[in-house]
Amino acid sequence: MAMPQPPLDAQRALPLGPEGGEVGAVQSGWRLALREFMSNRLAVVGFGILIFFVLFCFVGPYIYHTDQTNTNDLLANLGPSGPHLLGTDGEGFDELGRIMKGGQAALEIGFFAAFVAIVIGTLWGAVSGLAGGIIDSAMMRVVDVFLSVPFLFVVLILAVKFGATVLSLSLVIGFFAWQVPARLVRGEVLTLRERDFVLAARTAGATPWRLISRHLIPNALGVVIVNVTFQVADAILAVSYIGFLGFGLHYPAVDWGDQLSNGIGFLEDGYWWLIYPVGACIVLTVMALNFIGDALRDSMDVRLRRR
Amino acid sequence: MISYLMRRLVTSIVVVIGVSVFIFILLHAAYPSPARAVLGLRANGAAVAAWNKANGYDDPVIVQYLHYINNVLHGNLGYSYVENQSVLSLIKERVARSAYLSGISLVFAILIALPLGIFQAVKRNSIGDNIATSAAFILYSMPSFFLGLILIQVFALSFPIFSFEASQSTNVFVVAGDWNAMTLPIATLTLVTVASFSRYMRSSSMDVLAQDYIKVARAKGLPERLVLSRHLVRNASLPMVTLIGLSLPILLAGNLITEQLFNYQGLGLLFFTSLVKVDYPTMLAYTLAGAVLVVVGNLIADIALTIADPRIRMA
Repeated sequence: MAMPQPPLDAQRALPLGPEGGEVGAVQSGWRLALREFMSNRLAVVGFGILIFFVLFCFVGPYIYHTDQTNTNDLLANLGPSGPHLLGTDGEGFDELGRIMKGGQAALEIGFFAAFVAIVIGTLWGAVSGLAGGIIDSAMMRVVDVFLSVPFLFVVLILAVKFGATVLSLSLVIGFFAWQVPARLVRGEVLTLRERDFVLAARTAGATPWRLISRHLIPNALGVVIVNVTFQVADAILAVSYIGFLGFGLHYPAVDWGDQLSNGIGFLEDGYWWLIYPVGACIVLTVMALNFIGDALRDSMDVRLRRR
Repeated sequence: MISYLMRRLVTSIVVVIGVSVFIFILLHAAYPSPARAVLGLRANGAAVAAWNKANGYDDPVIVQYLHYINNVLHGNLGYSYVENQSVLSLIKERVARSAYLSGISLVFAILIALPLGIFQAVKRNSIGDNIATSAAFILYSMPSFFLGLILIQVFALSFPIFSFEASQSTNVFVVAGDWNAMTLPIATLTLVTVASFSRYMRSSSMDVLAQDYIKVARAKGLPERLVLSRHLVRNASLPMVTLIGLSLPILLAGNLITEQLFNYQGLGLLFFTSLVKVDYPTMLAYTLAGAVLVVVGNLIADIALTIADPRIRMA
């Protein structure tokens, strides 16, 4: 059905603005970035998926009650049915409830590890960039050394040695993932520190710490925010690898990789509900984060922004 | 150019020393001595202390590091008390198999990703491009073990074409000939690598397509086929050189997962076993080898780029 079109004259007459285009209120860079972000369809979809998983994992257990502490051999490996929407696993745990529980661990570790990495990286990069000279070179060589550390191997060794908990895995993953934000922030600080407002702050007697915390880091925040989502995605993948290899969280805690690797034992029995739903959860979460990250990068990049 | 490469070499050596000290101290803090593995869990404290003293495990950590590096430089990577074998011989047994898996996957990945990326850039936003981009995005977000599982499900269980277990032969030539067993592990590693390579190849091809020399080539009437083969491919492939160098260690890590999933007796599975059995000397050697490979991969990429790119060569 065709919509009735307003007459051509009215179309032309209505939005007639001042010469040289519409003059609106000056919008802040952040608001422009937000608008750019919202106009990216994939980003909004990614954001929606992420919100869904946060609600699913953290609120879901209050709606869909399951027993995730007591094993029950009588209920082992049941197919999907009314009381167990996604069936049960080899220990008799409800699989859907288990995915929620594993997802809590994945998201908690993902965000906390990203937080650790971002905090270390931002401070390291800001100090390095502001200090300059020999301190800067020394600090950047440390970044080079950390970049050369084989991430997965070292994280696995430490996870095996110190036991895997949400806290320990977050700290270990975060501690070996701060190099990229450090480099990004240093790059930003190198250009920022030549700007007039930094000179003004220095002239006013700002201490280096005040310069970093009040002037440099807030202005370098754009590149950091873009990096956060990729950090979370990488951390969730890393946790799934650790869990898959069998060095993940211990009972009663569980993570997605661990669940999937348990499901592999039943691959030939055709117990698909133990493998594919949890695999899809990992892929969807990581993909949503990557969508958001790509869109954020585009919207923060002023050169790419439509005007 | 020579002075640039020399500077690059010196930095690499500094980083290798730094990362080896760091990893040695870190792993040393986690596993101070293999005494328990040798003497058994019920050995008393005095026996452990005596063994540590006899084998130099009570020295300051930096002395132990220098001792270890001296040994490594003389071809002694330590002794695995768990496997009762020198670490070097353990690695020698398996290195060819891992190199075969990584190497052939890398070659396939390049052979697929290069033309795919160029095709996507030339036909951008076409249906083919969108399908390839979406597929790459999904693969990129997928843990490699899940991809491997799907391949096993489809090609080994639902349609039993290939074996779900990799070749168990110790002879790399037998392994290479056993396509039935090796297709799925190779496909897993290849697809994961193609996912990231094709993304880079697409964006670097798009950058090159926007350059003036492409317009000039077209304006002077060069057939499109020659524009692509002479001007686009060579220039768009330059970033790939760096990417391939950087992916050497990632393939090693990818091997860890793939070898574990397909039970392939390579270096990754050796590392996995050493984690399970708390075989500290093997862990240390493998992790150090991984770190050195990262630095070497970077260095090789930079040297190759210097040779390939006249803009750097002449500078």
